[in-house]
Amino acid sequence: MLQAVGEAMFQAMEADETVVVYGEDVVGGAGLGEPYEGAMGGTFGATRGLFRRFGASRVRDTPISEAGLVGIAVGAAASGIRPVVDMMWSSFTPLAFDQIHNQAAKLRYMFGGQANVPLVLRMAIGAGLGAAGQHSDTLYSVYTHLPGIKVVVPTTPYDAKGLLLESIADDDPVLFFEHMRLYNTRQEVPEDPYTVPLGSASVTRTGADVTIVGVSYMAKLALEVADTLASDGIEAEVIDPRSLSPLDTETILGSVCKTSRLVVVDESPPRCSIAADIAAMVSEHAFDALAAPVRRVTSPHSPVPLSPPLENAYIPDAARVESAVRAVLNQ
Amino acid sequence: MTIPDRTLLEMFETMMTIRLFEERVTLEYQRGDMPGFVHTYIGAEAVATGVCAHLSDRDLIASTHRGHGHSLAKGCSIAGMLAELYGRETGLCKGRGGSMHIADFEIGMLGANAIVGGSIGLATGGAFAHQVKGTPNVSVSFFGDGGAGQGILYESMNLASIWKLPVIYVCENNGWAESTPASYSQSVEDLSRRADGFGIPGHVVDGADVFAVYEVAAEAIDRARRGDGPSFIEAKIPRISAHYVGDTQKYRNEDDLADARKRDPLERFRSELAAAGLLTGTAVEGTRAAIVDELDRGVAAAKADPWPTADGVTDYVYSGAYGG
Ligand SMILES: Cc1ncc(C[n+]2csc(CCOP(=O)(O)OP(=O)(O)O)c2C)c(N)n1
Ligand SMILES: [Mg+2]
Repeated sequence: MLQAVGEAMFQAMEADETVVVYGEDVVGGAGLGEPYEGAMGGTFGATRGLFRRFGASRVRDTPISEAGLVGIAVGAAASGIRPVVDMMWSSFTPLAFDQIHNQAAKLRYMFGGQANVPLVLRMAIGAGLGAAGQHSDTLYSVYTHLPGIKVVVPTTPYDAKGLLLESIADDDPVLFFEHMRLYNTRQEVPEDPYTVPLGSASVTRTGADVTIVGVSYMAKLALEVADTLASDGIEAEVIDPRSLSPLDTETILGSVCKTSRLVVVDESPPRCSIAADIAAMVSEHAFDALAAPVRRVTSPHSPVPLSPPLENAYIPDAARVESAVRAVLNQ
Repeated sequence: MTIPDRTLLEMFETMMTIRLFEERVTLEYQRGDMPGFVHTYIGAEAVATGVCAHLSDRDLIASTHRGHGHSLAKGCSIAGMLAELYGRETGLCKGRGGSMHIADFEIGMLGANAIVGGSIGLATGGAFAHQVKGTPNVSVSFFGDGGAGQGILYESMNLASIWKLPVIYVCENNGWAESTPASYSQSVEDLSRRADGFGIPGHVVDGADVFAVYEVAAEAIDRARRGDGPSFIEAKIPRISAHYVGDTQKYRNEDDLADARKRDPLERFRSELAAAGLLTGTAVEGTRAAIVDELDRGVAAAKADPWPTADGVTDYVYSGAYGG
């Protein structure tokens, strides 16, 4: 998936010279001298090669100044360029929360539709690498709460490329969440640029017995669990929302009306979360279709711990998803 | 300034402890059974040591992602730190934090911090608490050249200056923030010049020279204890370690690394003490053997220590029972 993300940035920059990429260590070779052979190209390498192709004006390293990076992105976006900012980990975005919430999210509205704020903040998310409390958050739910912000959570390389190209072309501020444990996922993707629309969920498996909605890495886990359950005669329908804001409520509701049962899987604390949001939305609009209460499989209401047994308890796993599915099926 | 012989020898032992601890942790981490990310303090030993030599358990420090050296210099136990690195229930933070979050509030260590710049508000707030309580103690914020990019430094320095808070900002400038050289990130040679704008005395010191660090820290800490307010110390240090254990440093020229190695603060201090007739080769070996022994025992104990249990994942989120 990492490569797909890099390719999307590359192609967006090829197509539109107002697209700029910056962030801490995105070039990562200023100490080497031209031609920066060995440059780091971002924490995970997603921006590798951009500097060589597009040069120092459009691809820039920055000091460690998240509030400034995002503040500048808002001003630049409102003034006619398209910044794509590498925030490293989502856990660092709260340093720029004011810029995201009070500036990026609200400019268009407060100024009566005058301002366009076409920026993208890319960031890695997720537990599972022992990175502990200040590197492992998902935070997409927090940003889904904010009117004016769009939230994208790709699961596959194909979607990552198409969604990122779409996000960069979008005229609103988009937060783009890349799960660290998905970076190594491999899949053939078309070489030519293409887009995947925001607000369009992907039904990654069809089934009539139960609907499982999984977010980001949890969509992958949901699919694995569904395959296991199939050998027990349970046919689950798996939905990957792909974007949380906007959210494709139609696809989710349609599926629940068919299956009558819903499990939502989300690697985040449960309160005011996307899992809570989807559960509420379904209870509100498809109550009559439900044959069992909606079940959520989430992380506990805690920060992410370091210790492996605790971290494993934090991350929803196959066993918990499976038992939630069996519970809604009264098994 | 003359530094008592005993203090010098204690500082040597502290620096050597930090070095050997970091070398051992690197080795153990590479074996693969230590979770998380580890950043070592190799090359920076003289800074934490020269500063913390002036502090008591009531004085506070706040640290960075590269926090083992600060922790050891402040007096954290080797066994407790190792157990924390291994994620055990017996660790200083009960395995919840790991390498980037070692803390020991009993002795005024307010924590390593994985948010770059995270130490700055914490230490300034610690100084504020001292002032309100009327205690004669100080607070030290350690951060890197990269950390100096965060706005909170400038907001905190202004507060500390107008309120005359007993805080010392110690910027460990090792010339790098991950792959980005400080020369790229700052347009002034000395970060300490920025303190001028807040009416705070700014010092530049060779951070590989523990005598110099000790001396400038004495001045800044005395000033804070007198109630005259904050100081800023920029310690120029060599980045002998990679950014994290496992970092291949392809973004770095060979020369830069070689230059850094030439400035090894521990070797420098050892030869200075030897030249002054304070340290023999036998004494160095004796100190080394004692530290290695403690590390051996610490690693073995940590590996045998109990893991936290899964039901403990929501412990310590709140101060008491949480109804929700
Ligand atoms: C707020 C925040 N932004 C980015 C990072 C990622 N990061 C970790 S260490 C580091 C470089 C820090 O450089 P410096 O402060 O000079 O400390 P050094 O590693 O050189 O000791 C970066 C960018 C982070 N942990 N926190
Ligand atoms: Mg540095």
